[in-house]
Amino acid sequence: MTNLEIANAHLRSEDVNVWFGERHVLRDVSLTFPVNQVTALIGPSGCGKSTFIRTLNRMHELIPGAGFAGKVFFNDQDIYNPEVDPITVRLKIGMVFQKPNPFPTMSIRENVLSGLKLSGRRGYNADEIVETSLRRASIWNEAKDRLSDPATSLSGGQQQRLCIARSLAMEPDVILMDEPCSALDPGSTRRIEETIVELSESMTIVIVTHNMQQAQRVADQTAFFLAEDGMPGRVVEFGKTEDVFNRPTDPRTNDYVNGHFG
Amino acid sequence: MSVASDDLTKPVPPKRRLALKPHLIQDKIFYGIARSAAVGAVLIVALILGYLLFMSWDTLAQQGPAFVFGSQWSAADPENLVFQIGPMLWGSLLIAVNGMLLAVPMAIAAAYFIEFLANSKIAKIATMVVDLLAAIPSIVIGLWGVGVFTPVAAHWAKLLNENLGFIPFFNNTSGSFVNSPFIAGWVVAVMIVPIITSVTREIFSQLDRDVINAATALGASRSSTFMKVILPTSSGGIVGGALLGLGRALGETVAIFFVLNLSFEINWVEVVESRGGSIASMIVSFFGAASPEEVKALIAAGLVLFVITLLINWLAAVIVAKAQPWRK
Repeated sequence: MTNLEIANAHLRSEDVNVWFGERHVLRDVSLTFPVNQVTALIGPSGCGKSTFIRTLNRMHELIPGAGFAGKVFFNDQDIYNPEVDPITVRLKIGMVFQKPNPFPTMSIRENVLSGLKLSGRRGYNADEIVETSLRRASIWNEAKDRLSDPATSLSGGQQQRLCIARSLAMEPDVILMDEPCSALDPGSTRRIEETIVELSESMTIVIVTHNMQQAQRVADQTAFFLAEDGMPGRVVEFGKTEDVFNRPTDPRTNDYVNGHFG
Repeated sequence: MSVASDDLTKPVPPKRRLALKPHLIQDKIFYGIARSAAVGAVLIVALILGYLLFMSWDTLAQQGPAFVFGSQWSAADPENLVFQIGPMLWGSLLIAVNGMLLAVPMAIAAAYFIEFLANSKIAKIATMVVDLLAAIPSIVIGLWGVGVFTPVAAHWAKLLNENLGFIPFFNNTSGSFVNSPFIAGWVVAVMIVPIITSVTREIFSQLDRDVINAATALGASRSSTFMKVILPTSSGGIVGGALLGLGRALGETVAIFFVLNLSFEINWVEVVESRGGSIASMIVSFFGAASPEEVKALIAAGLVLFVITLLINWLAAVIVAKAQPWRK
């Protein structure tokens, strides 16, 4: 874990362990997410990377039977401290899901503003927020003439960018993305990747991906998760993306990134 | 040899229809059974409608539109028969709406609890109990209504009258709070909560969990997720379920018969007043001693009720289909 500017991190996990019922699925995951950097979480299916990303904004606890141990520091505060309201955590740490999930009853515009309405915020400049958010998610040009159309009238890739815009409207410091392109075609995937790179100039991004090329294209640093033979998932290797892919220190990482299993 | 299909000179082979009907004998039997069941259902409705029309023709022709809108019923003088069901029809609607106002919120709350709050064990038990409620015979609910519930509800009605009597709904001049549409509405509510809960629960269970997660991830509380995401997304289905309940409420007979004072003096909105109407209960209470002419009039009343419930079911289907355009 060299060359990571820990002092500059505002999101950091410390010995995170996760259980579903009796099953121990993640063990001692300690990762640091430096400000304005993209971190990719890679690994074979079932290694716990999606589970881990959900612990970073306390979405994990919504799953019935979920257990947790460890700490997640956000701006030096443990978000699992009993005094912390999970809602305030989620306002600062946004999330984009695997499948595009715009609110089906709402228009494009309403979807962008939905977080503000849902959290009961008032006194904002709606037009400005809609335009800025859609621009930052690079869907403004496609959506600007049809803002009052239902969100479901957009294509899958556009819906996913709308979901990113919806998240951006809340002005989070961090965005968590759980395989945001797995349901999209290559063209839409490319555009989302470009958006991720642009966004990382102003925010911290954590992305789960099955796609090695994607990790290499967008991520500054990469963590390789692995769950071996019924053992809980662990981080086998964590470092600069370039190092993880080209000079892995662990032979298992080497096998995985070179497609020997997975 | 050419494999490309751009040879336009080649003649197109003749089109043939692909068979939709089954060939195998067991498929034929299955097809026959399924089709006759479907046709049978439509046929039965048509036959019932035809019979009701046939039997009520005399009454409808004789009484005219006043049959539906007037408010007098007199079968004593064979020379001057007056059959008008206005108060009964209005009473049926009043009780049904009353029941809906009570049942729909209860059912939505119950469905929300079962689907989103309760752990799976409690959810199973709660579902079972609600379904069990649907299995209670309406005569038992009627007896419960008159024996157990009436004194309680009459007390509530009195409180409403004392504190909110200035609102026309809670006006009461007779001083009696029993046998009112209010009580009948409660009894009906108890009977329709299961169906509405069951439909609403089904709708909730089909909601995309990702959409609800999206709301949570945007920092929404449970209540704002419910009000702004869950309810709007499932409104069509809930309305459909509620209208199914309304259909049942309108047709409810025996339970209302026990708890309502039938009166041809129309009760527009005073729900805590001790008089009201109900077509189904009226038919039951008059049928035994009715003359042949009066029986025809009662069947005509049944026809009106049947048509209204058909309309409501049709409306339910339209609303459910229209309210969820994103569901293909």
